[in-house]
Amino acid sequence: MAGARNQGRDDDEERPVRTMDGLLNGVVMRLTLRATMSRKRALLFALPAVILISISVLLTNTAQSPVWPPEILGTVGLLVVALTSLLVGGSVLGGEIEDGSIVHLLATPVSRRSVVLSKYVVAVVLTWVFAAVPEYLAGAIAKGAGNSLAIGLLVGALAGAAIYNALFVLLTAAFSPGRALAVSLLYVLIWEGLLASLVPGVSLLSVEHYSLSIANSIAHNGALHADLGTGTAIGMGVAVTLVALVLAVIRLSEFSVKGDVA
Amino acid sequence: MTAIELNGVSRWYGNVVAVNDVTMTIGPGVTGLLGPNGAGKTTILHMIAGFLSPSRGEVTVAGHSSWRNPAMFRQVGLVPERDSVYAFLTGQEFCVATARLHKLADPAGAARRAIELLGMTDAQDRKISTYSKGMRQRIKVAAALVHDPEIVLLDEPFNGMDPRQRLHMMDVLSTEGERGRVIVFSSHILEEVERLSGTIQVIVGGRLAASGDFRAIRRLMTNRPHVFMLRSSDDRALAAALMRRPAVNAVELTPHGLQVRAADYGTFTREIAAITRDYGIRLLQVSPADESLESVFAYLLAA
Repeated sequence: MAGARNQGRDDDEERPVRTMDGLLNGVVMRLTLRATMSRKRALLFALPAVILISISVLLTNTAQSPVWPPEILGTVGLLVVALTSLLVGGSVLGGEIEDGSIVHLLATPVSRRSVVLSKYVVAVVLTWVFAAVPEYLAGAIAKGAGNSLAIGLLVGALAGAAIYNALFVLLTAAFSPGRALAVSLLYVLIWEGLLASLVPGVSLLSVEHYSLSIANSIAHNGALHADLGTGTAIGMGVAVTLVALVLAVIRLSEFSVKGDVA
Repeated sequence: MTAIELNGVSRWYGNVVAVNDVTMTIGPGVTGLLGPNGAGKTTILHMIAGFLSPSRGEVTVAGHSSWRNPAMFRQVGLVPERDSVYAFLTGQEFCVATARLHKLADPAGAARRAIELLGMTDAQDRKISTYSKGMRQRIKVAAALVHDPEIVLLDEPFNGMDPRQRLHMMDVLSTEGERGRVIVFSSHILEEVERLSGTIQVIVGGRLAASGDFRAIRRLMTNRPHVFMLRSSDDRALAAALMRRPAVNAVELTPHGLQVRAADYGTFTREIAAITRDYGIRLLQVSPADESLESVFAYLLAA
């Protein structure tokens, strides 16, 4: 009914990142990457990693105790993964919801599932770069590049980043930006940092403990204090990730903007 | 064709009612949603665009419910009021990215045409962060038109535009409406709606106060009772003369002059010059005392 339809759609067009049956959208991923890295908080992404590697260098040269690498990198290192996930995972969707630019993305026929998954993948990859790789480097500095502890911590950090980011993407989809940040910090600092080490059973719902157990399946190091079985950690990690992503898609499908009130 | 239909639609936030039992249909051409700030125009546009669910009633766009229906945006372009775009992109990158999200066969070509239509070609390679508010509005409209949608929703599209940009945008929307697109825009400025749209929906206090052809509603607005303040060389004589006229309901002598309640704006403004001339009274000042848009809307709501 409008003027000449001269801009036909090409639903079958091949694009470099249009994989997994359209689950991921290359344009959304590129926009997310640029938006995330252009925000001021991107300056913070590398800070925890720099601190972690500095600690590793310092302790390698000064520490007397031989068990510091699993103890420090298993706690501080995985805290770096959690905090970086919080910063990145909280940004990829939350940043656009906060400034309202998400409306431009949602006013297109791209499925909400594709929006969530594309943003999630960008968050995971950024966290791998800014936290998991530094965790490996810190382990390699302490024990050598091919050491099982360094490799175990890398794998644990890769898995942790994938699970944490699903949770934090969900929280930004479910809550206002301020509340999402508060809930995320409470989870990382109180639930995981305090309760999981004091209250038996809490570790079953702790991403840090999933990461530790996955790391320990390769490192076999008692000083990591992994108290979940590998199967349990992987199973819970996969379940938490899937449930969080499904809920995030549902929340984004019901995304509302506040209108004017008479 | 009925492109957009609201059927008994209400929306409330807790105890606050933003939109109250609105029923309207919108077809091809330009339709203005007119109302004062906070009247519910944006809430209605958001419900049409599927960014809010109605608390009661149903909103359909092209025959399908708009809530949780992103596929609708194959036919719909949205220009939100909020001045938030991907400011790190250039105008051209923003339009091309939008075209790609719509999976157009020729994103660059579609973006070029939309940018040309909005007169943004010269600025297209600059980052949006360097744009003025009016330019941001135009690039948002270009992005909303990039996929040649049948329905275009614009929330206060003229905000922040200078008069030249405003006229150009009005011409664009008017032309697109004449081509058969369904153009719906919200505004709290009477003149914008008057210039642009043949059909208006007047929203006041969350309710549909008037609906239909602009000229009829304009007449209703013009013929409503008005209050004027007059100052003259002989207020008391003028008061006596005015009370003889059917177009005048009441006159009050005040320290600041005569307060006149006219029954009919059009008749009164035509007669006042003749009355003063016939009685030899010099008219020093005529000023409307209730010309705010809110009072116009309040009258429409009561009517």
